[in-house]
Amino acid sequence: MCLSIPVKIVSIEGTMAEVSAGGTLFRAGLHMIEDAKIGDYVLLHAGFAIQKISEKEAEETIRLFDELNESV
Amino acid sequence: MKYIDEYRDKKLISALTGQIRKSALGDYTFMEVCGGHTAAIHRFGIHSLLPENIKLISGPGCPVCVSGTDFIDKAIAYSQMDYVIITSFGDLLRIPGSSASLEKMKAAGADVRIVLSALEALDIAQDNPSKKVVFPAIGFETTAPGTAVTVIQASKSKTENFFLLCGHKVMPPAMEAIIKEGVRLDGFICPGHVAAITGSAIFDFIPEKYNLGCVVTGFEPADLLQSILMLIRQVNSRTPAVEIQYNRVVTEGGNKLAQKSLYEVFEPCDMQWRGLGLIPLSGLALKKEFRMFDIEKSIPLNIEVLQENEQCICGEILRGIKRPPDCQLFANLCLPENPVGACMVSPEGSCNTYYKYRLANE
Repeated sequence: MCLSIPVKIVSIEGTMAEVSAGGTLFRAGLHMIEDAKIGDYVLLHAGFAIQKISEKEAEETIRLFDELNESV
Repeated sequence: MKYIDEYRDKKLISALTGQIRKSALGDYTFMEVCGGHTAAIHRFGIHSLLPENIKLISGPGCPVCVSGTDFIDKAIAYSQMDYVIITSFGDLLRIPGSSASLEKMKAAGADVRIVLSALEALDIAQDNPSKKVVFPAIGFETTAPGTAVTVIQASKSKTENFFLLCGHKVMPPAMEAIIKEGVRLDGFICPGHVAAITGSAIFDFIPEKYNLGCVVTGFEPADLLQSILMLIRQVNSRTPAVEIQYNRVVTEGGNKLAQKSLYEVFEPCDMQWRGLGLIPLSGLALKKEFRMFDIEKSIPLNIEVLQENEQCICGEILRGIKRPPDCQLFANLCLPENPVGACMVSPEGSCNTYYKYRLANE
């Protein structure tokens, strides 16, 4: 139930967006997202975008993972 | 897919597993609170990657599983009224009430429709003005803001035939109830999508008051393993704290817009949990100004709730005291296609995931 998937915003009309999960399109309410833009990645849960995904933080996590990979 | 594939990398998983084996010096028991984590842990075979001295137990975070029998019985009672349409998330349909499920009612002719979002339920209400449309609202802090936004929309559009059957719950009081129950734990794998809304600060009381570590975690295998490593390090250094592993989504303060809608519409109330009983202030009720959307205020019910199957140990499983194979009904009389208890129904339920992913390997 708490399943949320990362999706990309494809188009926006008012408070609703069309979002893509690997090519499959869904509708998502943007009521909880500030400054949503086409191309942003958000988490989709029960028909609503619940949070933007931070590209900077995601890259940072991957960088830490990479360091770990190199150290083994 | 972006934000998924990079967290499933084989080399990375093996590096993380190596670090965990090196760091795990004693015995550790961690609870994953969220049903989504339970499902991910089983699906990705995380148990099989961990050394034997690390035990993961499932908590009360599958919202479908913890919905009380009385909640299902009420939804069933409303489904029997010919002027009512029930609009529900699919997971809820097969949960057994005292004597039936919404799915059985639908098969018998009741107007029960599956929706993916509360907004769809509102659309159905607007398309069917002569009916009362009831949305059984379940889920934790992740789901409740969507319901809140929908109620605000219903209020603005003066949709008078849209109603909630209120069953939303909040996570921290249930985690505290588990701790008070005396379950032996070394830390919590905390629900990432709850914290996306609330912020990680809602877990601060756990290290402060109970000396237990909390790591807010994502849902991919590398996320889960990294969090387990972070928890092990907290235990080893005796420095329990709230840490965020899932920082691409979670901040300390959470999503303020979502919180604003949530608290505009709902206020805390006492709530009945399957397996845990009545937990003070663990539920969300509609505030006075939105109470006209509460179906129980519009059509009050007086129903008698019958006993659950006495042999079913869902309650103890949800409290982390017992595991699915400890139940004499498990994989015997209680099966995914014919569930006796709620934990066998939901794809996030402990019994369902255990049956699907682990039974064949034992």
